[in-house]
Amino acid sequence: MLSRTAGNLFWAGRYIERADFVARLTDATLRLAALPSSYGGDIDAWRSALAAAGVAQAYSERHPELAEETALQFLSLDPENASSMRCCIEKARNNARAVRTALTVEAWEAINGAWLDIQRFGTRFDSRPTLARLLDAVKAAALAFDGSTHRTLLRTEGYFFLRLGAAIERADNTARLLDVKYHLLLPREEPVGGSLDYFQWTTILRTVSALTAYRHVYRDSVKPWLVADLLILNRRMPRSLAVCAADAVRYLDQLANESGRRGPAHRLAVANANKLAAGRIDAIFASGLHEYVTDFIAENNRLGMAVADQYLF
Amino acid sequence: MPGPAFDEMTGLGDALPRDAYARIKTWLDAAPPDYLQTRRQQAELFFRRIGITFAVYGDAQADERLIPFDIIPRVLSRKEWSKLERGLIQRVGALNAFLADVYGAQEILKAGIVPAELVLRNPQYELAAVGRPPPHGVYTHIAGIDIVRTGPDSFHVLEDNARTPSGVSYMLENREVMHRLLPELFDRHRVAPVDDYPETLLATLRSVAPPNCRADPTIVVLTPGFHNSAFYEHSFLADKLGVELVEGSDLFVREDVLYMRTTEGPKRVDVVYRRVDDAFLDPLVFRPDSMLGVPGMMSAYACGNLTIANAVGTGVSDDKAIYSYMPEIVRFYTGEEPLLDNVPTWRCREPDALAHVLDHLPELVVKEVDGSGGYGMLVGPHATKAQIESFAAKLRANPDKFIAQPTLALSTCPTLVDAGVAPRHVDLRPFVLTGANGTKIVPGGLTRVALAEGSLVVNSSQGGGTKDTWVLDD
Repeated sequence: MLSRTAGNLFWAGRYIERADFVARLTDATLRLAALPSSYGGDIDAWRSALAAAGVAQAYSERHPELAEETALQFLSLDPENASSMRCCIEKARNNARAVRTALTVEAWEAINGAWLDIQRFGTRFDSRPTLARLLDAVKAAALAFDGSTHRTLLRTEGYFFLRLGAAIERADNTARLLDVKYHLLLPREEPVGGSLDYFQWTTILRTVSALTAYRHVYRDSVKPWLVADLLILNRRMPRSLAVCAADAVRYLDQLANESGRRGPAHRLAVANANKLAAGRIDAIFASGLHEYVTDFIAENNRLGMAVADQYLF
Repeated sequence: MPGPAFDEMTGLGDALPRDAYARIKTWLDAAPPDYLQTRRQQAELFFRRIGITFAVYGDAQADERLIPFDIIPRVLSRKEWSKLERGLIQRVGALNAFLADVYGAQEILKAGIVPAELVLRNPQYELAAVGRPPPHGVYTHIAGIDIVRTGPDSFHVLEDNARTPSGVSYMLENREVMHRLLPELFDRHRVAPVDDYPETLLATLRSVAPPNCRADPTIVVLTPGFHNSAFYEHSFLADKLGVELVEGSDLFVREDVLYMRTTEGPKRVDVVYRRVDDAFLDPLVFRPDSMLGVPGMMSAYACGNLTIANAVGTGVSDDKAIYSYMPEIVRFYTGEEPLLDNVPTWRCREPDALAHVLDHLPELVVKEVDGSGGYGMLVGPHATKAQIESFAAKLRANPDKFIAQPTLALSTCPTLVDAGVAPRHVDLRPFVLTGANGTKIVPGGLTRVALAEGSLVVNSSQGGGTKDTWVLDD
């Protein structure tokens, strides 16, 4: 496969994943910010959402004041925010267009259709119902693209690069969410009669679409250390760092099977995945949750660069 | 002004439709009022979702515009087609022989049939191609010959496209859409299929593998990238051929061999179906500032390690000044009378012709000899006085750059417009494939239609649309 094709597919996978994450993050933050301030509903919700999306600095360079409406426009349709949902869909679509032949008609129609849909929203949404439709459209686009590639793409290099990009991006998203919210997840005395932080925790779960999954896994009330466990170490939760890291190894293995060669990217990915597989949440807390997450983000970035180096894109 | 146009369905206003159109006429007459418009909207939706778009240069707003598609097919009988086919094979054969000659022995120039300076000083005449015949002697692997019709038996060649003709993806996709939207029409007609075009193109490209290629040739399609107006077509063809779609940056030359950069390292390339113009192919030989090509590509070609399709330098044969000599060129190489006529052409480089053209500008179509896509031309009958005057000044300043032709009464075909079904002018571009084993043409081609009432300009860059083209077996 052409290296440029591999690179474009890898990034198409990443951008679709990022669009979906920003949509879910926005959705969850809207609910949190709408609560009375005594329940945590204040402007800080948007500060951390911008940070989790990795655009806090880009935002403050353009907007001196933090305001909900401005933050929403910035995250959703702003052409100046490279990680806005609109820009992510557009970049994913441009990546896909540059390698049209590597996709099936169904996969192309899914991503091109998503791009056409989002064009109709313009560069600013005009009302909350419009925003709600936009969020639904972005989430539906990610589902349609993933579904169509899953159902129709040949299981050859192209598919593995697409999924590898998505796995690395997904790991990064979950890790950044943890990085912003880690202080809420530190172990503490069992809260009696619920806690105001409950809404913060459920916001985190909602962002990774795991509120229901939490109950299924732990059959317990929402406890911060269990939220951390779910997001970092759980082997059944599709957005946990452990699952994303294992996915990355799997797709790299499949790529190696195609070419018969392994390289530095494999070693990094295997090291990441092994560390997570052997991890214990109490040990992570003991050595510092924040440091653990920061290290992971750095390792995951290194993995992304190693993939590009190894496959020459 | 030309007389009334010949309509391919009703002739010159006859009561009965012409044979090939009989069932189309019945279908149109029986269609409920909204039926056709609904089908038209469905077709547009289909094209947009599948991403068949066309970029128009100089129009930033319309980065990706859709070429309008007309759902009423353009129909040719097998008899009409057979006649065209013979003429096309003859003409493309002559074009190829002409190219081999002007880059070789130059007999046609020595014989004084075509003025030597018109060829040798032509900006499209590539010195890099002189004395370096391409593998199997084929220059124009893919030619698009633009045909216009003026009567039941009169077809003329309007233009030869021997460089990188585009539009074949529309020929194929138009047929797909018609099958999806109007299956009932195919029940009533025996339409010759066109979907073996990719197969035929692949066989053509494989047949011209370079001398040093010993195994199965590796073929690629070279595109300037997605900003190019025809990018959709490039990706479509690569996909149908099952070969890689590459950009210049994906390729490199080492020791006179062309390679592409893959995830598994360099892979040797033998045949490049390039959709990049000569000037941009190799910065070491042509434009040094080109970012679209590959340094060293021409040396790979010269060493017998690479076939470039179409070959470098074919532009000298489809120049509009050379065009006017095509009847003589056909006679010179085939010893036969041309089966397809040219449109009568005044060469403005000749003083008598220039005087005539300047006197008759309001009746003529004037074109730049090296222009394409309908840019920079004057359609006399549709131009304002001011436009004619400013064009006359350009013409006097630089007569060598122009040819003129009478305004032909191009045939019309029934076409669906907002107000209903109405006649609109059309042309036809069949795609002629030439490989080591001869010349093949899939029955049909791209019909372009001028959608504005009375307009004669069918170019998609100028608001033209397309139709599916049917060759009917009797």
